[in-house]
Amino acid sequence: MDTSVLVRMYAQMQLVRRAEERVIEQYHWQNREFAEKRNPPHTIKCPTHLSIGQEASAVGLCSALDVQDVLVSSHRCHAHYIAKGGSLNAMMAELFGRTTGCAHGKGGSMHLVDTSVGMMGSSAIVGGAIPLALGMALPFKMRGEAHVSVACFGDAAVEQGVFHESMHYAALRKLPVIFFCENNGYATLSPFAARQHVPIYARAASYGMAGIRVDGNNVVEVCEVVREAASTARAGDGPTLIECETYRWIGHVGPDRDAGTGPRTKEELESWIERCPITRLRKQLELRVSKEVLVQADADVERKLDDAVAFAKASPSPTAEDLFHGV
Amino acid sequence: MASDPVTRNLSMSRAIAEATVQAMEDDPTIFVMGVGVDDANGIFGTTKSAHDMFGDARVFDTPLSEPSLTGMGVGAAFMGMRPIMVHARTDFLLITMDQIVNHAAKWSYMSGGALRVPFVIRSIVGRGWGQAAQHSQSFQSLFAHIPGLQVVMPATAGDAKGLLISSLRGDMPVIFIEHRWLHGIEGPVPEARYAIPIGSARVERSGSDVTIVAISHMVVEARKAAELLATQGISAEVIDLRSIRPWDRDLVLSSVAKTGRLLVADTSWISFGVSAEIVASVVEEVFGKLKTSPRRIGLPPSPTPCAPELERAFYPDAQSIVASVLSMFAAKADLAADAPDGGEKPFAGHF
Repeated sequence: MDTSVLVRMYAQMQLVRRAEERVIEQYHWQNREFAEKRNPPHTIKCPTHLSIGQEASAVGLCSALDVQDVLVSSHRCHAHYIAKGGSLNAMMAELFGRTTGCAHGKGGSMHLVDTSVGMMGSSAIVGGAIPLALGMALPFKMRGEAHVSVACFGDAAVEQGVFHESMHYAALRKLPVIFFCENNGYATLSPFAARQHVPIYARAASYGMAGIRVDGNNVVEVCEVVREAASTARAGDGPTLIECETYRWIGHVGPDRDAGTGPRTKEELESWIERCPITRLRKQLELRVSKEVLVQADADVERKLDDAVAFAKASPSPTAEDLFHGV
Repeated sequence: MASDPVTRNLSMSRAIAEATVQAMEDDPTIFVMGVGVDDANGIFGTTKSAHDMFGDARVFDTPLSEPSLTGMGVGAAFMGMRPIMVHARTDFLLITMDQIVNHAAKWSYMSGGALRVPFVIRSIVGRGWGQAAQHSQSFQSLFAHIPGLQVVMPATAGDAKGLLISSLRGDMPVIFIEHRWLHGIEGPVPEARYAIPIGSARVERSGSDVTIVAISHMVVEARKAAELLATQGISAEVIDLRSIRPWDRDLVLSSVAKTGRLLVADTSWISFGVSAEIVASVVEEVFGKLKTSPRRIGLPPSPTPCAPELERAFYPDAQSIVASVLSMFAAKADLAADAPDGGEKPFAGHF
């Protein structure tokens, strides 16, 4: 893969990682403020489901998509939004509940949307957005347009009926859909083995579509697998199910780690931190580009995030008059 | 409508079929999907002509995966399409509730208005011939509870056409509920395209002594009841609500302010139903104008039974309306007993 593409992937993964670490910093700061019985002026008051550790899946996916390709996501949608090219300023402002947010403060962290780049929104009902991807694919097929529609979801969505109905119908109609599952092994704290006994990618066979399992922490592999699935879909040959094996380092919701408090052991977390998708790519890049290139990429990420946080904090909050807009 | 040069008498199912075809001619983004929409019956004749004219590309059969296909309608709406999904029974909507309530109704708001969801979901309320508990339910109040949805229930062929066209020109999800017993009833339908605004009720019959607000098939019963009441010197104003959410508060409130009496006749259960909302609003807004307490007619608190004797006990009719109205006037006429019986037709297949 071209070095410049790899550098871009690295920068995108860093952007996702650092954006979420900014969210963590903000949460920790405001928690201290509240503990001191101060009323902090700038706060994030919405449930945030972080993707730290899973960045390669979202970035690998979106690196293989065009801007006309569309995507819907789940409650854990920051990475998909950023990787698809969603506005950082509008995302931060949305988390801070400001009128300049991507949903004008109506959605929050779980409902990020930027239609200008094909990020069509996110559902906080597990599996709920999967059928929406079929609907977005249908007009592509009807109009003969070679675009792709992607449903991003986690492993627990496979347990929902709409996953199976949607797989079935997309295959039947050969809709240009990519079913993109990030299997991080847990539904909150409930381990995969307690919930499912068939590998996720293997489900595809019973619906007559290709199912592929990929190392979700290898951004290049993810990108290549998605490219193939997208080219199949664009050619009118139907959908593909992709299962990315990955791991989230943080708890299901909120800013903190939960390893060691339940079935997720510290040893398990450590083993996945060893497989950090960003460190992995950085090590490869250090052999191919000068150190300055990566330092510059990191600095660009921080500057963008400084701007986004400042933009959010400077933006006005909605008023009661805004309540009914968009119903 | 009356001024239209070409007005024919059509059944409601033919009016719906005509509205569908005309809307699809005008707007290439409209398509129809649902279990059996392309078969020989075409959902009681309502989708057949559209399938004949536009073929499988725009009128297509679906597997029995209603939750996912409802979600597909929502996603298609994001992309500028205007889907119509058809269910042969309203009962089947229950398995699609997550997609309707959590997705169709919410996406516009959750996206700050960036994405609208123009999506018409048609369904039909069954009644009679022992269809029992799962093929007969009338769920307008469930959907009317939800911000982000519109709910319409036409009672005449002409309104069905105008409301369907209006639903297809809007930018919101519309739950379009038909009553199977209305499908065969003919009424004047202009040949031209016309839209009846969602949220506007219609005065079916003017009167001065009591306001009867009726919904869907209960409009038929209310019409009969009003004629019987007239023979007793009681002048009933019958309002066909036709839109449930939003509903025409102004028309209902001004009518009750005029008559001082209110009866609401619904096709569903009384408890927590549309009639409760209307009575509550009337009591809140025009309490001082009421001459007596409002009355409600609807289904008693049991699931729909099967046996004919039980069905008769279950469904209210013109007699029930007359009896309830008379109770407001303290007159003890035996008029209620004179009202004609319901409207069940002999078995002819495809309820």
